[in-house]
Amino acid sequence: MSVVMRGISVEFPGVKALDGVDFALRSGEIHSLLGENGAGKSTLIKALTGVYPIDSGRIEVAGRERTFTGTADAQSAGIATVYQEVNLCANLSVGENVMLGNEVSGRFGIDWRATYARARTFLSQLGLDIDPRSPLSSHSLAIQQLIAISRAVVVDCRVLVLDEPTSSLDRSEVDRLFAVMRRLRDQNVAILFVSHFLDQIYEISDRMTILRNGRLEGEYLVGELERPQLIAKMLGRELVELDSIGRSSERVIERTGDPVLRVLALGKRGSIEPMDLDVYPGEVVGLAGLLGSGRTELARLIYGADRADHGTVQVHGSTTRLSTPRHSVEHRIAFSSEDRRAEGIIGDLTVAENMVLGVQAKRGWFRRVPRARRDQIVDQYMDSLQIRPRNPQALIRNLSGGNQQKVLLARWLATDPVLLILDEPTRGIDVGAKAEIQRLVSELAERGLGVIFISSELDEVVRLSQRIAVLRDRHKVADLDNRQNVDVDDIVALIAKEGAA
Amino acid sequence: MTALTETERPAPTISRWRHFLVGKVAWMPVLAAVVILVIMLVAGQAYFGRFVTPRILSSLFVDNAYLIVLAAGMTFVILTGGIDLSVGAVMAFTGMLAAKLMSTGVPAPVVIPLMLIAGAAFGLIIGVMVHYFDVQPFIASLAGMFLARGLCFVVSLEAIQVKNPLVLGLQSVKINMGDWYVTPTVIIALLLVVGATWVLGYTRFGRTVYAVGGNEQSARLMGLHVARTKVLVYVVSGVCAGIAGLLFTAYTAAGYSLNGIGTELDTIAAVVIGGTLLTGGSGYLIGSLVGVLVYGVIKVSITFLGADASWTRITIGILLLAFVVVQRVIVARANRR
Repeated sequence: MSVVMRGISVEFPGVKALDGVDFALRSGEIHSLLGENGAGKSTLIKALTGVYPIDSGRIEVAGRERTFTGTADAQSAGIATVYQEVNLCANLSVGENVMLGNEVSGRFGIDWRATYARARTFLSQLGLDIDPRSPLSSHSLAIQQLIAISRAVVVDCRVLVLDEPTSSLDRSEVDRLFAVMRRLRDQNVAILFVSHFLDQIYEISDRMTILRNGRLEGEYLVGELERPQLIAKMLGRELVELDSIGRSSERVIERTGDPVLRVLALGKRGSIEPMDLDVYPGEVVGLAGLLGSGRTELARLIYGADRADHGTVQVHGSTTRLSTPRHSVEHRIAFSSEDRRAEGIIGDLTVAENMVLGVQAKRGWFRRVPRARRDQIVDQYMDSLQIRPRNPQALIRNLSGGNQQKVLLARWLATDPVLLILDEPTRGIDVGAKAEIQRLVSELAERGLGVIFISSELDEVVRLSQRIAVLRDRHKVADLDNRQNVDVDDIVALIAKEGAA
Repeated sequence: MTALTETERPAPTISRWRHFLVGKVAWMPVLAAVVILVIMLVAGQAYFGRFVTPRILSSLFVDNAYLIVLAAGMTFVILTGGIDLSVGAVMAFTGMLAAKLMSTGVPAPVVIPLMLIAGAAFGLIIGVMVHYFDVQPFIASLAGMFLARGLCFVVSLEAIQVKNPLVLGLQSVKINMGDWYVTPTVIIALLLVVGATWVLGYTRFGRTVYAVGGNEQSARLMGLHVARTKVLVYVVSGVCAGIAGLLFTAYTAAGYSLNGIGTELDTIAAVVIGGTLLTGGSGYLIGSLVGVLVYGVIKVSITFLGADASWTRITIGILLLAFVVVQRVIVARANRR
């Protein structure tokens, strides 16, 4: 079954998310959809499945013009979608999540025995040997993602849409997923694949469609387009490689005076073991480690989002109690959480409102930020961070991830912090926005801001930081001086080393 | 290099007991309600002497048949994460309507379906307001409550006696089994519990109710009929209020505008005590039945003690508070795992 979309336009208040995009998905192919954050990938998918109504254009499925009223409608036409965030019900069992809406009926309603048996076969097709009767919430996010995919297989889809399904999977899980994708392709299923990992795209797809700024950039066979050209097309400028930022690791940091922040034996039982950390003015300290190694936990303890039961924190040489975020704000420490959607942006407020939130919090809720000051903040950061669309009145939830992150950055920068803690500021955003955020961090540090930079992407940490603290299993295992040009492989070796914990 | 992802760690070894409990967390509050019920019965027996007798246990069901029906309907609504404050008023209104119609000579076989339709209509209005107009269930059903209560007064300000033998027979016919007895009202209520349990456990609609309560957004993206389900639960609750109206009319032999004031809160209390999470997605119908029985035992005990009836409310309040806290703890623990 093929899908043809012609001249699709979707508009949100203040944002033209898609502008006359053509897209064709043929049966028996794996077709990757590429583009920066905010290029319109997700919007295109949601337009296809009827989650968003289209403002103009036509959608043909198997040669017939269709408009779907929602996922259920699209699904009944054979189009199944797996979204980036796991969209399952944690209160139900694994088997039910797989089979919901497709349960096997017996004489007395749902035949649970047969339903679970079928669920088990579908799960095992993805190489998942788990008890379908176990509750969904007892499995890791990666497994849940695979469960979501086996659900799509159940509905016997002819078109499978995978919107960044791999962002929480490890290599072996990705291989499993790819094996299933290849098998489905051989069964003539049309697969639409979205991923931020170019390696995976080159490995699995047959064809690529590139979007930029809501417009179609082009459709190519995978063999036709080399990686640098691809990136250039996605970014739409002359090849902006991330490396063009250059390494700022050689920058010499004056470490004679008092550090902005000195952490002594800070720890919390069951969260992280006591550890030390210094951040000097103008220094970027990278925290490297796997998910769950204690990176985020340390950041939250320093900020006071969680309460430490051990150790002290000194700001500019004087011991302070940072037991709540309020204290931290008073001491001009800013923290940008890794969970952008839940702990960062306030979706129903505008860009401008989100931006002044930090300043407002610092002033106290009863002293309104004067209009002039507010406009000045908004103007300054809209331009200096190049937030797009340049419309301070747009609702922030309609912005792409990268632009939301920039608004959050602006929020904290407006409070004039001395220390900025960034937890995964570049997660889930595209190459271009990543480069911009990295450049910003680097520039800010040069002007004297202390930064704690947390990222899963080690090359990012290595490129930006002057010093790198390596965490493993809630311990700090190394404190690397990046002037010696630490290699990503060195850090990987440190993280992977066993035993010392 | 690309992002590192967490490698899976071996699951900590858990004891067989813990393993048994995994996935049965939702049953814990129900179990707790059963334990409370048993403790209260045992304590009552020890304190009053002849407390756990067939007569009193039978009367528990007979006196609370309408509440069992209301709780069954309310369970559907609460499982989706909603609330229905209209049930007491709708029960009173359908009772009034029936009493009025029967006093003018309309036969019961016509009146009874009308009661159910009236209840369903209220449910439909509330459901549509909740789903399509995105009104908070609390507000939508509050509006339904005022509307139904107001309509009661339109029907009549005075109590209307019911003399219809068919309706009265629902309550007055006693089927004796030794010292035990049941009335048709109890049979209706229990059949409804069985049917509703089946619907929740063995039909697609029932499972969608749980899915919507667990995560509405996910349920929608999974392609389930969320809209239909969300409206239908209020219709179910409305129909149950209609049935409760019939049972209550049989029980009191009259329709009266002020009947069932506060009953919606008793119903919600029974459902919550029975282990259904107010946030939705977790709970069982059988729990709501136990919840009603707990409520009934408290009422009987207060009568036995000769204490003021307000003590029923106070005891229910304390129990409710305790249960909500227990539920929070259980949910918090489940999340931590």
